[in-house]
Amino acid sequence: MVAFDEMTGSGQELRPAYDALDRWLKEAPPETLALRRSQAELFFRRIGITFAVYGDEESTERLIPFDIIPRVLTKPEWTRLEAGLRQRVTALNMFLADVYGAKECLKAGIIPPDLVYRNACYQLEMVDFQVPHGVYCHIAGIDVVRVDADTFYVLEDNARTPSGVSYMMENREVMLRLFPELFATHRVAPVDNYPDQLLATLRSVAPRSAPSDPTICLLTPGQYNSAFYEHSFLADKLGVELVEGSDLLVRDDVVYMRTTQGPKRVDVIYRRIDDDFIDPLVFRSDSVLGVPGIIGAYKAGNVTLANAVGTGVADDKAVYSYMPEIVKFFTGEEPILKNVPTWRCREPQDNAYVLDNLEKLVVKEVNGSGGYGMLVGPHADKAQIESFRRKLKASPEGFIAQPTLALSTCPTFVASGVAPRHVDLRPYVLSGANGISCVPGGLTRVALKEGSLVVNSSQGGGTKDTWVLDA
Amino acid sequence: MLSRTADSLYWVSRYVERAEYLARILDATSRLTNLPSDYGGAGTEWQSAVSTAGCEDEFAAAYGEANERNVCEFLTFHPDNPSSIRNCLAQARSNARAVRTALTSEMWDALNGAWLELQRFEKKRMDREEFARFLDWVKNVSLVFDGSAYRTMLRDDGYWFSRLGVYIERADNTARILDVKYHVLLPANEQVGGSLDYFQWTTVLREVSALTAYHWVYREAVKPILIADLLILNRRMPRSLAACYESISRFLDALGDAYGRQGPAQRHARKTLATLNNTRIESIFQHGLHEFIEDFIIDNSGLSNTIFEQYLQ
Repeated sequence: MVAFDEMTGSGQELRPAYDALDRWLKEAPPETLALRRSQAELFFRRIGITFAVYGDEESTERLIPFDIIPRVLTKPEWTRLEAGLRQRVTALNMFLADVYGAKECLKAGIIPPDLVYRNACYQLEMVDFQVPHGVYCHIAGIDVVRVDADTFYVLEDNARTPSGVSYMMENREVMLRLFPELFATHRVAPVDNYPDQLLATLRSVAPRSAPSDPTICLLTPGQYNSAFYEHSFLADKLGVELVEGSDLLVRDDVVYMRTTQGPKRVDVIYRRIDDDFIDPLVFRSDSVLGVPGIIGAYKAGNVTLANAVGTGVADDKAVYSYMPEIVKFFTGEEPILKNVPTWRCREPQDNAYVLDNLEKLVVKEVNGSGGYGMLVGPHADKAQIESFRRKLKASPEGFIAQPTLALSTCPTFVASGVAPRHVDLRPYVLSGANGISCVPGGLTRVALKEGSLVVNSSQGGGTKDTWVLDA
Repeated sequence: MLSRTADSLYWVSRYVERAEYLARILDATSRLTNLPSDYGGAGTEWQSAVSTAGCEDEFAAAYGEANERNVCEFLTFHPDNPSSIRNCLAQARSNARAVRTALTSEMWDALNGAWLELQRFEKKRMDREEFARFLDWVKNVSLVFDGSAYRTMLRDDGYWFSRLGVYIERADNTARILDVKYHVLLPANEQVGGSLDYFQWTTVLREVSALTAYHWVYREAVKPILIADLLILNRRMPRSLAACYESISRFLDALGDAYGRQGPAQRHARKTLATLNNTRIESIFQHGLHEFIEDFIIDNSGLSNTIFEQYLQ
């Protein structure tokens, strides 16, 4: 299976967007490039941009490998992608409002009701609750893969607490520092206004009772969380307090921060804690990360949580397979971005096909994330395939399957020089009371192992700067 | 600002200051023990270094004998010593990491860079020369961190809490040196011209880098009562208890003004400062140097608790 290469297409041509980059790669002395790579690594280490790998005792803080060759998208490519992303996120928000409200899409038979009602992420607390300004998914990360010059698929919707946006920004920062000459020859759309857009989004969804200059904070599980660097980075760029659960208290359904001048009222919380841990009085009672009573304050309309509670029902992998129908039902339009063709193992016909073709398919757990709990058929050994066969027979409803896609590749620095490696793209889409915004590009993740299709940082993936060329 | 943020800023400074203090103790002790035995002490210098660092119990649990190798190891890299230089810098960085956004990038760079560099030192077996370089490096980390804070932080509550940490810790450190060495300074032990005492006294001064200052201030040969005066009451001496309390009181007042409210911490600091300003060294010696210092250490940690209750919890 030959993958589409973003620089060379089928391997023979040179796609125009990569023209100058190709010349630069050929002209720059290898020593210089090697030096810049080590400078980039040093930069990331100095600023402390690390992530934690769970279960890795050896090094609790690791760097995500950064590749200095940018991934380039043209303006027309981005324009279409962006339109698709806006449409998709609009539909996600309408879907969430519907499943917690009128339930029209269930009545119309767009999606089987048990997929919603029996979903672990469907929060009964949210039924018939009016979220502030009707927005559920304020920050979405939509994972997109490319298979040819014209086709982008949505691989996954992340509607809970998508991470990685700090890498998008820091990657650009490093590139600007190390390769100013490249930015002189390319008109690259900036991404550094993301925090402004995020702040505007968060402000726009403050409760109506809040003052015109609402108090916003970012709630983190703390410095041992794998994405802590990002939490502190964003709080800093937003100019808001980075709080842990123990910094907040709830009195009479109002949320306050503990400050050196006594309690201060909070209006909007950009929370990076999962639903399960956010309020021990409502969800997991053993959570020490959350804030007792915060859900009460939320439901009393005294504070906005972003994202809303219960958005996980929309990014579930089983629900994913219905997204084309969901987009069409809510927006009345044909979906601009396609889904990856997906077999729903819950349907006997589909499951039979999947069981017969395991060695060709990618099988995913409906509730898994981060590349865990996944079978990549062509790369799996017999034992792994048989273990998934047993799982599929025992609980088919827990799985979906997709063809092994030839994800596009992008030139990447590896030990042997420059070689193509598979990439995906996570653009970040913001939804506020005043509409949707999306900075051009997003985070490109790259599978550094030859032939590997798994781009997750926990599984040895790296990142690249993503350029949307303005001309 | 968040109470937790203020608390972390306070502790980042305390830990960095403490790391520097440990480096100073080790440096001064090495000098003293390197003297020919005619000039040297009773061979208890390393035990005394452990006492000055305030970790006698932990040391006794980890080692038997207080010799150069054991003490240096314990005060620099030992994992079981919560106040080893390594653990101080680790705690400082961990606190800093939790409140990254409240530090300037220069301050973070200083700490994070120090943390990365420390691991290189830790892996090496150091000879005396390298060890001396290591101690210089620690003092330098503190200087760079302190200088970054001074030069780059906004002059608001964050800065004031960070400074309070520096001065509360520094006052504690100076008092501890006096507490361990008080007997060296007592008149009964004074033997005019005894080289042994002379080097003990100058060690006390070196531990707070005050040897040159001493000569400028008193223009006299080194005398115990003047050493005590310099380290306790002289406001021109930046590590003296009086100078520390002048700063503590000033930064607490700045907080009180900014927040529009005075509290027990302000009153406590003012009272201690007044005592230091209105006392003469002779009367301290009359009433007992040891008792005075013991009371001060308790009073100083009492202020730390009051600050915690008033602002940091």
